[in-house]
Amino acid sequence: MTAALRSDVMTSLEGVAFAYPMPEGRREVLRSVDLTLARGDLVALVGTNGSGKTTLLRLLTGVLRPDAGVVRFEGRPLTDWRRLDLARRVAVLPQQLDLPVGFRVAELVGMGRAPHARRLFASTEADERAVARALADAGALELTDRFAEELSGGERQRLLVAMALAQEPDLLLLDEPTLHLDLAHQVALLGTIRRLRDQRGLTVLAVLHDLNLAAAFAPRVAILDDGRVVADGPPAEVLSPELVRRVFGVQVDEARTPDGRRHLALREV
Amino acid sequence: MRAAATASTKTQTVHTGPSLTRVTVVLGSGAILVLTAMVVAVAIGSVGVGVGDTLAILGHRLLGLPLARSVAPGAESIIFDVRLPRVLTAMLVGGGLGLAGTVFQALLRNPMADPYIIGTAAGASLGAIAGLMAPILLPVLAIGMGSSWLGLGLVQVLAFAGGLGTVLLVYAVSRANGRVPVVTLLLTGYAVSSVLAAGVALLMFFSGQHLGAIFGWLMGSLAAAKWTNLAFAAPLLTISAVLLIVRWRGLNLLLLGDGPAANLGLDVEREKLMLTMLATLATSTVVAISGTIGFVGLVVPHVLRLAIGPDHRLLLPASVLYGAALLTVADLGARVAGGIPVGIVTALIGAPFFIWLLRRSRVVRPVVTP
Repeated sequence: MTAALRSDVMTSLEGVAFAYPMPEGRREVLRSVDLTLARGDLVALVGTNGSGKTTLLRLLTGVLRPDAGVVRFEGRPLTDWRRLDLARRVAVLPQQLDLPVGFRVAELVGMGRAPHARRLFASTEADERAVARALADAGALELTDRFAEELSGGERQRLLVAMALAQEPDLLLLDEPTLHLDLAHQVALLGTIRRLRDQRGLTVLAVLHDLNLAAAFAPRVAILDDGRVVADGPPAEVLSPELVRRVFGVQVDEARTPDGRRHLALREV
Repeated sequence: MRAAATASTKTQTVHTGPSLTRVTVVLGSGAILVLTAMVVAVAIGSVGVGVGDTLAILGHRLLGLPLARSVAPGAESIIFDVRLPRVLTAMLVGGGLGLAGTVFQALLRNPMADPYIIGTAAGASLGAIAGLMAPILLPVLAIGMGSSWLGLGLVQVLAFAGGLGTVLLVYAVSRANGRVPVVTLLLTGYAVSSVLAAGVALLMFFSGQHLGAIFGWLMGSLAAAKWTNLAFAAPLLTISAVLLIVRWRGLNLLLLGDGPAANLGLDVEREKLMLTMLATLATSTVVAISGTIGFVGLVVPHVLRLAIGPDHRLLLPASVLYGAALLTVADLGARVAGGIPVGIVTALIGAPFFIWLLRRSRVVRPVVTP
């Protein structure tokens, strides 16, 4: 492990294959995935339903182990990491989360401090500061004393972002963070993530479905298809009508915005 | 979201848990309730002793204080040899059931869960009934074992082993690819319980003159309480309670689901195994000395969750105290009502109270929203 590599690369998947064990045999999801995230990278991960985007995130957190290849974090294979040490560095915004009933937002965001817990029963002042900061960063301060089950979809998503930020991670993995959000909330949420990355050097990998949103949000887009990363680069190069047709089987037209950015427009359905 | 950016520059803190005042009030009231219930329950009975004399006798025997002369002859024996072991048993059993119920409801993410749900009750019942019928089934074994083992009867030993053994079996069967999904655990527990319940029914069918004893055991009763049983149960329950209460954080995280809990640093499978086994140890111990008393382990966690919230940091110790107080009062009721099994009292009064509570609280709270 060279010092240079250690300082630049946050996490990587190298030749990673994964299949889910099924009663009638194995369902292969990832065949050979290579993906490297440098410190401070902001990457949108795109692909069809079932292409393995969520599986890829689970492999990055070590919840799943690859059948072949290796997943590294800070240069070390994930198998060498203790779960607790990893949780102090990597936070996940899951696609689906059943929130327990009766907890207030502050209590749930406090659960994000679990990997940093130092005392048996009490929380430390560092915990309470981190929670306040996470709530503020996620735009959820005014939700602090609300019950989680009373939140709207957008408020709920801000709560989940605050929980992930309370972990004070270096790597943030977002699984469809804009699900169920209206356009204003989508933009606000991704704006927050982007600002945190710019200000704190957070490394972010976000699974997104809206290609134009991905292009507006991330300076780098990776496309997952047939168990491989088939394209990886700036959205202007990667998100072409040909690629969309090949990966999604959908015809789109290419248009230009007044400021010269590419926009992919659906044909009439 | 824009406004929040400025707020983040201030150094402020947000409290994420119950305040010290709240903890003191909730647990302090619980402790006072338990002690009051204990003294009252010891004082009341077919021979009236009075609270003053009861306190004097308890102070004399437990704390070594000089005994006032006014105490009636025989009262000391009634209090110390008969009522105190029974009341202490009620406290231990109620506390154990409250705690185990809280753990299983959170662990299985199921509001219907109680301490018996994954097979403890069925396994313990089969063991206990086998013990009760041992003179018929295996006369040689019954004589060979004698009437006591570590001061426990054959019924207690077999009930304890039956409960613990059944859950070990259920857990092992539910395990696949190194994981134990809680839904599988729940369903396997149900299936295994059904098989064992068939065994219980079969034994009852051929039980003859033992049917009354079997029925009393299944209803749950504290009539057989004695110091030797307490000496067995108290250490086991204390250990499991302490080890469960310090796992409050893991239990909170598991409410989020296995995946999110793992992402927050929890060794999920190990934690689930520890929680299941500790809660089962508590339940099996309780069942061995009292039979299967229903409803306490279901109602106490729900009432407390509605009253003080779902944070296990406070909920776990509170469930011990309030469970203990509840069963002490229920058993007093059972004694006053002519010595009926306490399980009848808990069901008769507990269930309507629970329904009233569910209707009164505007929001019926499940453990997890789907």
